[in-house]
Amino acid sequence: MTSESGWIREAETGGRLVVAAGGGWTVAGAGALEGLVAALTPKATQDVAFDLSGISALDTAGVWLLRQAAHRYEAAGASVSWQGVAQRFEPLFELVAANEGHKPERPRRGNAVFAAIARLGQTTVEAGHEAVALTAFIGLAMITGIRAFARPRRFRLVSLTNQIEQTGLNALPIVGLMSFLIGVVLAYQGAIQLRKFGAEFLTIDMLAITIPREIGVLLTSIMVAGRSGSAFTAQIGTMKVNEEIAAMQALGLDPMEILVLPRINALIITLPILTLFSVFVGMVGGAAMAIVSLDMAAVQFLNRLQEAMTLNHFMVGMVKAPVFAYLIAVVGCYQGLRVSGGAEGVGRLTTRSVVLSIFLVIVADAVFSIMFAAMGI
Amino acid sequence: MSADVVIRIRGLVNQFGKQVIHDGLDLDVMRGEVLGLVGGSGTGKSVLMNTVLGLNRPRAGTIELLGVDVARLDAAARATTQTRCGVLFQDGALFSSLSVTENVQAPMREHLRLDQALMDELAALKIAMVGLPPDAGPKRPSELSGGMRKRAGLARALALDPEIVFLDEPTAGLDPIGAAAFDSLIRDLQQSLGLTVVMVTHDLDSLIAICDRIAVLVDKKVRVGTMAEHMSDSHPWIQEYFHGPRARASLEAADGGTG
Repeated sequence: MTSESGWIREAETGGRLVVAAGGGWTVAGAGALEGLVAALTPKATQDVAFDLSGISALDTAGVWLLRQAAHRYEAAGASVSWQGVAQRFEPLFELVAANEGHKPERPRRGNAVFAAIARLGQTTVEAGHEAVALTAFIGLAMITGIRAFARPRRFRLVSLTNQIEQTGLNALPIVGLMSFLIGVVLAYQGAIQLRKFGAEFLTIDMLAITIPREIGVLLTSIMVAGRSGSAFTAQIGTMKVNEEIAAMQALGLDPMEILVLPRINALIITLPILTLFSVFVGMVGGAAMAIVSLDMAAVQFLNRLQEAMTLNHFMVGMVKAPVFAYLIAVVGCYQGLRVSGGAEGVGRLTTRSVVLSIFLVIVADAVFSIMFAAMGI
Repeated sequence: MSADVVIRIRGLVNQFGKQVIHDGLDLDVMRGEVLGLVGGSGTGKSVLMNTVLGLNRPRAGTIELLGVDVARLDAAARATTQTRCGVLFQDGALFSSLSVTENVQAPMREHLRLDQALMDELAALKIAMVGLPPDAGPKRPSELSGGMRKRAGLARALALDPEIVFLDEPTAGLDPIGAAAFDSLIRDLQQSLGLTVVMVTHDLDSLIAICDRIAVLVDKKVRVGTMAEHMSDSHPWIQEYFHGPRARASLEAADGGTG
């Protein structure tokens, strides 16, 4: 209905003000009509008559604007009467009259500084609550794990194998590729920098220390947090949204035992294996680059490597892996069980799960570094 | 009186793989009526609605929506036609990342250029019209009950003051009191706004309470008629539908209420 555009006019006839409106008063032209209404100049005349006989099309937005115009005259002290309202439009006026006057609620914005302080406080308190809840969850997971030892059937072998396949076997290609490239990059950058001191050979020492000790386990953990930790949250979160978790509990099944325990155990098994794999492939990448850029024979590289690499460096890296795995799995499952409020909640908490688990992994890595330094390893 | 036909379907064929859903379906929807659409599971009620809305391309047949052939519209004309139709999907289908007010404003924002203040006012009006409390506006859909989500979905469907409103199972999942309230809300709004309503429903109480005519999907076609006409139809499915124990109970309740 491409009707003519709406208009509104004031005309004084014998001490009486007639406001005539006509044309199409619909939501399609509401922007322009609002301007017309705002341009009216209400004065405290004795009475104002709204003549709507010229209106060809009308909807709720149009009625609201016309009534808004009338309210402006009333606010100026005039009394308003309506004439020429077509019968078919009367229910529309009644409907709008019955429902207008609700002030649209806008989110109140207070002082920006106070809001920022309030936010800071709120975030801190929430972080505190979350730390407590996460600790409680870790405790619960431990109790469930210990109880499972009494009845080994509770370890859910099928579920565990499935999780090992998903988090371990399927992650091999991407972890391998990433580690190889990082090895290449480290060797290349190390060689360039160390060449300035004429100590290119130390590139091998550098690789032999950094990759097994830090880079291998850290990068693998970050990759697994992004790949499997997020999947844990999304899987469990979706089940929570679908009320599958509630159904489990109603049927007397323990979600901790069925969902959480196999995932934690699977990751504790797979992350060390992935780390070992990552270290190996990273060294291969570094070796390939070193042999190419340092013009070194493979035998020479291996000799040097044997001197530089000690069991200590390797063990330091491998000891960290199960701890990181535990952190990632616990955070992933915990956030999944916290999901509420539909698909949006799943997305929000999945992001949170990845950020939190990577953060915790790095904090734990720092703690390990201090600990090993104190022990002199 | 052909000007009063707002939806004209002729020879509609819908087919998925080898399964024929609609075969030569004809249907006219008149301006200002409430048409109930019923049928067994898998008879293509939702498919029919989506086809009319242009969300599903039919295998054959023509659909005239508000006088224009849906299949021949370009993107711009299609958007214009869509602004004249409102849809309430099952369970509201509200955008979960937006508040109720923003949901109602979403079509206005897309199709019109209005001030934020005016949109706020119009959204508040629509929210009040569907019987939601004013404090529902800033809430997220996940904070609302099922009945409130449906009302919010209806407010969004009415955002642009459409001429035709499609409702997909509007009372499903509501308690009887909420369902009855929603029925009378639809009836009131339909009369005040002069809407044409097409509603897919299985709620016999709704059919009796607010539908002027009922279209029954049987044998890949529709049979349109009033409640009384369907009651005397000899088709076995229609017989069973309108003479089953539930139908009888609803009819008796309706008679008792009026008589």
